[in-house]
Amino acid sequence: MIEWIISILLLIGGSFVLVGSIGLVKMPDFFMRLHGPTKATTLGMASLLTAAMVFFSTTQAGLSVKEILISLFLLLTAPISGYMMIKSAIHHKLDSIERTKGKDNIEDDC
Amino acid sequence: MRLEARFTWLPTPVLSLLLFIVWLLLNNSVSAGHIVLAVILAIVIPLVVSPFRTKQPLIIKPGLALRHLLLVLYDIVTANVQVAILILGPTRKLTPGFVKVPLDLTHSTPITILASTVSLTPGTVSAEIYPWSENLIEGAEPEQVYLLIHVLNLTDEQALIKTIKQRYEAPLKEIFKC
Amino acid sequence: MLENVILIVFAMIGVSLLLNLWRLLIGPSVPDRILALDTMYINTIALIILYGMSMGTALYFEAALLIAMLGFVSTVAVCKYLLRGDIIE
Repeated sequence: MIEWIISILLLIGGSFVLVGSIGLVKMPDFFMRLHGPTKATTLGMASLLTAAMVFFSTTQAGLSVKEILISLFLLLTAPISGYMMIKSAIHHKLDSIERTKGKDNIEDDC
Repeated sequence: MRLEARFTWLPTPVLSLLLFIVWLLLNNSVSAGHIVLAVILAIVIPLVVSPFRTKQPLIIKPGLALRHLLLVLYDIVTANVQVAILILGPTRKLTPGFVKVPLDLTHSTPITILASTVSLTPGTVSAEIYPWSENLIEGAEPEQVYLLIHVLNLTDEQALIKTIKQRYEAPLKEIFKC
Repeated sequence: MLENVILIVFAMIGVSLLLNLWRLLIGPSVPDRILALDTMYINTIALIILYGMSMGTALYFEAALLIAMLGFVSTVAVCKYLLRGDIIE
């Protein structure tokens, strides 16, 4: 039973990580590429780490909850690194694809 | 908005609690020795580093903060599934866009929390905060602050702005009372 | 059954690492390459955790935590360098 739970969590996590990377390759411009890794990969990692938590809690003596730390850390830092990257992309005036709406909302920074 | 903590020996209650939990998680035990050590660290470290920190608003309604956290976690899961479907679907049909969201918040800490939540939830990444200034608390006359976000699939701009303001900004205003 | 599932997830993460490497190599601009590196280190954490699970040891956890921290700091440092031409002003 527990083996089933771990397997399902692992497969969900692996697919989300894979989807994030597919988004990284497939999307046409930088701003759209950013969506895959910042969101899908975070949830995928949380799911994988939950699976690891259940696995180590059942196979080894005692409860193992320290995997939550990595999930928490990734959840806290993913928006910040995403923000830094999109800020540097705007600073470098990267092109977004033609059909992007509201491009004039971007103001020039000094 | 309240900047000063209720007790001078506990300048940042939430960060102390976080420090306590992280220490116990890192050691993976709840034995008495580790709990005592965690309490000592959670009280001493904020006291030692408090002269280096700028004063930040404190959470006034912890219950509401907890409820908001659970709501955001639920939204992260649903939004991730939506984004995964959007990524796997045909790329040509996506209409990305930049949207400017006017904010009612003025202090930088709630704005940071709002920007992070927006980054983690429905198909949006927060990109920039206008007007750009080093410290938003200083100005005597607070300007209208805008949050520039990039949306993966923009269908209804007004509805999106309304969702962000009602679902994520209004609870933050309540939590920090500003 | 679990061994096979772990192998499948190994393959999934390996493929995503290859996709990231592809983006790192072609990625037309510098922020693209930073994004690819950022995703790569997150996937590496997944790989290490999975390796620990298949070996049945929790010893790799600390390594994964360290990689998470170093990866975040390095991403922010490189972005800061791109933004200002300097890391510590």
